[in-house]
Amino acid sequence: MARLMEYSFKEASIEEHVAKLIERISRLEPEIHAYITVLEEQALQKAKRLDDALNKGVAKGKLTGMTVAVKDNICTKGVRTTCGSRMLLNFNPPYDATVINQLEAQGAIIIGKTNMDEFAMGNSTETSYFGPTRNPFDPSRVPGGSSGGSGGAVAAEMADLALGSDTGGSVRCPASFCGVVGLKPTYGAVSRYGLISYANSLEQIGPMARTVEMCKLLFEAIAGHDPLDGTSIPEELRRPTELGSRTERRSKFKVLVPAQILGEGTDERVEKAVLNALSEMEMVEFEVRSGDLPSLSAALPAYYVIAMSEASSNLARYDGVRYGHQSPWKHDWDETYSATRAEGFGVEVKRRIILGTYTLSAGYYHKYYVKAQKVRTLLITEFKEAFKRFDLIAGPTMPILPFRIGEKVKDPLEMYMCDVDTVPANLTGFPAITIPCGFIEGLPVGLQLIAPPLGEELLFQAARLFEEELSLRVPRINR
Amino acid sequence: MDVKIGLEIHCQLTNLRTKLFCNCSSDYRGDEPNTHICPICMGLPGTLPLLNEKALEDGVAVALALNSEIQPKMTFYRKNYFYPDMPKNFQISQFDGGDGVPIAKGGFVDLDVGRRIKIRRIQIEEDPAKLVYSGTIDTAEEVLIDYNRAGIALVEIVTEPDIRTPREARLFLQKLRDILEFLGVSDGSLEGSMRCDANISLGGGTRVEIKNISSFKEVERALRFEITRQKRLSAEGLTVQRETRHWDESRRITVSLRVKETEEDYRYFPEPDIMPVVVSEQYVDAVRGALPELPHRKKDRYVEDLNVPVQNAAILSRNLRLSQLFERCVGLGADPVEASNWIVGDLLSYLRELDLSLEDPKVRAEHLVEMLRLIEDGLISGKIAKEVLLESLKTGKSPKRIVEERGLMKIGDEELLERLVEEVFRENRRAVLDARLNEEAVNYLIGQVMKKTAGKADPVLTSKLVRLKLSQIEVG
Ligand SMILES: [Zn+2]
Repeated sequence: MARLMEYSFKEASIEEHVAKLIERISRLEPEIHAYITVLEEQALQKAKRLDDALNKGVAKGKLTGMTVAVKDNICTKGVRTTCGSRMLLNFNPPYDATVINQLEAQGAIIIGKTNMDEFAMGNSTETSYFGPTRNPFDPSRVPGGSSGGSGGAVAAEMADLALGSDTGGSVRCPASFCGVVGLKPTYGAVSRYGLISYANSLEQIGPMARTVEMCKLLFEAIAGHDPLDGTSIPEELRRPTELGSRTERRSKFKVLVPAQILGEGTDERVEKAVLNALSEMEMVEFEVRSGDLPSLSAALPAYYVIAMSEASSNLARYDGVRYGHQSPWKHDWDETYSATRAEGFGVEVKRRIILGTYTLSAGYYHKYYVKAQKVRTLLITEFKEAFKRFDLIAGPTMPILPFRIGEKVKDPLEMYMCDVDTVPANLTGFPAITIPCGFIEGLPVGLQLIAPPLGEELLFQAARLFEEELSLRVPRINR
Repeated sequence: MDVKIGLEIHCQLTNLRTKLFCNCSSDYRGDEPNTHICPICMGLPGTLPLLNEKALEDGVAVALALNSEIQPKMTFYRKNYFYPDMPKNFQISQFDGGDGVPIAKGGFVDLDVGRRIKIRRIQIEEDPAKLVYSGTIDTAEEVLIDYNRAGIALVEIVTEPDIRTPREARLFLQKLRDILEFLGVSDGSLEGSMRCDANISLGGGTRVEIKNISSFKEVERALRFEITRQKRLSAEGLTVQRETRHWDESRRITVSLRVKETEEDYRYFPEPDIMPVVVSEQYVDAVRGALPELPHRKKDRYVEDLNVPVQNAAILSRNLRLSQLFERCVGLGADPVEASNWIVGDLLSYLRELDLSLEDPKVRAEHLVEMLRLIEDGLISGKIAKEVLLESLKTGKSPKRIVEERGLMKIGDEELLERLVEEVFRENRRAVLDARLNEEAVNYLIGQVMKKTAGKADPVLTSKLVRLKLSQIEVG
């Protein structure tokens, strides 16, 4: 609980808290560039209203006075929501995402909209139309992506909490690279209404925070059934599965470390840090075993086929007809659409649209998309089997340390490889959390825990033990 | 030459109140453009479709009425293509292929001419927006988009290529419209609520598709034209191209829209935002139980409960509006048998003659009932009634007013009629003599009296007077 106190504002008013934060943002933002839009005025006004309510004793809400940085692919009514793209430079959604309504209801203050890889495609936040975000621990390095702005904002204490979206690891990757806690919830646990889709069947909005406790708080604020989202889990089914309920159990956490997520492609230092942390935890309440999850090796290609297929269809709506960037009329529809999209989208987005269009086209659909869905089914079966014997699956969140800005942009395949450990949770829909487990040359290393569906509580319990028991010293960002 | 015609009918579910995936009102006709829209049906970034469950119910009802096999688990797919009338540039539809399962497969419609047309599949999908060209498609400087229609629920019905003639196509469409109207899922008379694509091939040759034909009459015309065109081509030794053609209503010809080398690639894949829908047997039973009275049940009821002659009942029950007109007459107190005779006989032939539809406001049950009452009260003869009915349909005036205005009231004045009978007897001595032995001659005499009064003489009274006079004549 020590860490939670560190960020509480018990001595000051909410307004002072927000003012201090805004001051910090204006100091750090030129270097970190975590935000696309900072909502100073709006946040200060909300803070005043909350102070009034507190004074009158009518304030309620678990997040009262806490500032939340929101990824810029989550719609905010009247506040531009760009997805980090030129295409949506001037898009002001006429509605709020469900999570925004939930945050408002809990007394949170939206402090700004954070930078991201364009349309959430990437794991370095370098593909943003607004320029890259920098890693607070080393500004020459990337913060991870695609929710890099959210990760950077939380790590640099430019927000108490942040929301990201996780399609293939986009919450966990920046959380890991920025040394904070990040959760990819069970698919359907958090409403996607108002989240601008990249790959609908994979993504979830996820909380990011500096402590497990605060991450849990934010998750609880945004979880719940949403009648506006047809894939949202109904309230009556929101009990953790038998596998995931461990609230009353006194026995040790049984943890599986699959052989497939270590070794080749994983930085030896990262692997060592993760294994060290796990063995340190064996002293406490953890029983760690290695084993096999053979389908893991097919997860990455399957993920990219599905994600790109869905993306190619989702991004078709950006044609400049109703909103967003529009190229001047070129005497026919096809030409005009092409010009609009050529100008509005960046390279990585175009690459994924083209690949996705290819994998869906007649003749290739069965070869790629259908096969990828089969891998997905296989993976779910394998995970379910594993969870009959284990409580959690653990390993590194990212196989490597935060890399230098510009180091990997030229090689998309190498970039895609970074997602190898995070995508299984998206393909299966199972929840996964990342927590800092070590520092190598001042750069954070994240450890990932995956639980059965709706096993978020289990993840928080285990992660809290890590946080309490690991002899980990998180360097403060003092700039 | 062997003609094969298949139809693909898009029919709006006009009774849903809301669109297929959002709560916008589906009752948009006549309203300002782009007033029935919301972030969801405009496909704004971040929005998600939410399936209207009533549409599912209507879809199941249609499938039941068309003897189609309802699928226990149906899925929604995305059909991807770029077009300005599509807010998302993909249409949420269903797909009968891959893992796609439409709401129903198979089925048939029996035409009254004794032919059975097989159904291939029935699916639910969203309607695109409407493009409004200022001028014609070719010459328009700009095109406006009205999204009021975007997202309206459609049921798509695809037939096997079972139809053999353009007339059969029209009969099928009329029958289909009747069924949908009986079900109360669609009002086929609303502008653009039913649209049809047709594909046609001759002698097992190349298939040509004709897109977006607006009315049944036009379907028949377009198909006629296309058959002639294709026959002429083969007569000249030219090949029929595999293509999509547009029916130009004003010029009454089909024109080429695009030549297809291969099947268009819509890149179908499962819609990730809508979970597969499980359609349980109990659900289907519940929909079946709630189905409105369909034609065959109506027919039985008319015959059994209302003593309507079988032929009349068959005709009246075939069409919803006709049955509604009949039932309204009965409801207003008309004798069912009389009403059925008048509707099936005179009314329908007058409508054809005047080219009026049953929806025309001049066609009113109240008027029909008023006319029947005038006959019953002995105020007009059946012959005059025919005239009155025709006039009423032409002008919309009430029968009473027509009778009064034109002085058509029956002559019931016994003294006047007696004088007329005497006159007729004087003028037709031969017939009077015959009449003692021959009933036909009696009728002739009665007819002569009627003629003198231009049909206004009370036939019952006239008959009585003629017979009385005959019996008084001494045989000599
Ligand atoms: Zn709408």
